[in-house]
Amino acid sequence: MDIKIIFLIIIYSILIQNFVLSRFLGLCPFFGCSQKLSSAVGMGLAVIFVMVLASSITWILYTYLLDPATSVMGFLATDGVAPDLTFLRTIAFILVIASLVQFIEMFLQKKVPPLYRALGIFLPLITTNCAVLGVAVLNIDGFSAIGLDGKLTFLQSLVQGFAGGVGFLMVLVLMAGLREKLELETIPESMKGIPVAFIMGGLMAIAFMGFSGLSI
Amino acid sequence: MQRTIVQEFTKGIGSENPIFRLVLGLCPALAVTTSLENGLGMGLAATFVLLCSNTIVSLIKGIVPPKIRIPIYIVVIATFVSITEMVMAAYAPDLHKALGIFVPLIVVNCIILGRAEAFAGKNGVFRSVVDGLGMGTGFTISLCVLAGIREILGDGKLWGYPVMGQSFEPVLLLILPAGGFFVMGLLMAALKMKDMRTAAMKRTQAIAEK
Repeated sequence: MDIKIIFLIIIYSILIQNFVLSRFLGLCPFFGCSQKLSSAVGMGLAVIFVMVLASSITWILYTYLLDPATSVMGFLATDGVAPDLTFLRTIAFILVIASLVQFIEMFLQKKVPPLYRALGIFLPLITTNCAVLGVAVLNIDGFSAIGLDGKLTFLQSLVQGFAGGVGFLMVLVLMAGLREKLELETIPESMKGIPVAFIMGGLMAIAFMGFSGLSI
Repeated sequence: MQRTIVQEFTKGIGSENPIFRLVLGLCPALAVTTSLENGLGMGLAATFVLLCSNTIVSLIKGIVPPKIRIPIYIVVIATFVSITEMVMAAYAPDLHKALGIFVPLIVVNCIILGRAEAFAGKNGVFRSVVDGLGMGTGFTISLCVLAGIREILGDGKLWGYPVMGQSFEPVLLLILPAGGFFVMGLLMAALKMKDMRTAAMKRTQAIAEK
């Protein structure tokens, strides 16, 4: 049932196989951007936007240019069968993502300068966010946990991109809230900063493990 | 401040260790260190890509227009990652399966793009190769330390061979994602404690010398 699959993708991507706490994608901004709630929210929303756009564009690129079964490049080969260009996946996807982030940067700089200044250095860093390239690759590789063994459909890819981003935002906000509160506490000097953030991440990961028994 | 060649190599292992000092490349560091074999495999693959990309970036640094240098570096890195992906799938399929999506994700490993931008783009080929070797070795050693701890305590094995004896009850949590976070956090805290102690010793030495 298509609606059920969409629902499963959403629940899995946000809770059961959270992109940050289960799949280990997007860890650098998770620890680097989560000191303040405002920067965490800004980063999370930007990542959702990029993940949705990247999911859609890379899916279209893969389906119509790289995958021989559905490619429109049949005219390139002598026997009318399109060449298998799937080995170019990594290069093509990362180029799409880098260009996308560049365009967004230029657009924001011209049209919404306050937002551009607020995001600062974090916007170009979204290019190297494992979650963005990760979701593009996951859309192609399939989602074995819910029975989707092949490439996802366009709608399913969009949903995974969006839900993955929402999961990322949620965890980032949780971490930022915790870290802001932690500023007021006394913790051992050697644990301040990164070490205690890792411990907190671990505790959050344990909490999210509780969702793994969810059967829908 | 010109470093000697040996210092260029050892800085990647010690003072500028990519995982524990520069805090880069965290995603593979926590995700693939569930066993020593996977950690070593990922470390070697990333070192190969780092070496090749540092070499090429250093060779073309004179002809790359500065405004578009980042996308060009990304294409160079992505090419070598694709090569690594295909070679691994052909000659080490078990490792390829174990590392999963983290093989193509080597291309967004901050260490590789970071070294290309910060070092290879401004230094000669030989120094860039040494820098790449040093950073790659440091990355691999860090991964192996993490993986070793997690595999021994979380599985009772090292490289698949049982090393902890019959009565050892492995701490399963360490193999799971949460365990990765904990081990990393404790290692960072231990490193910070050592740093604080070294700084305190230096302070007392400086006062004693006055």
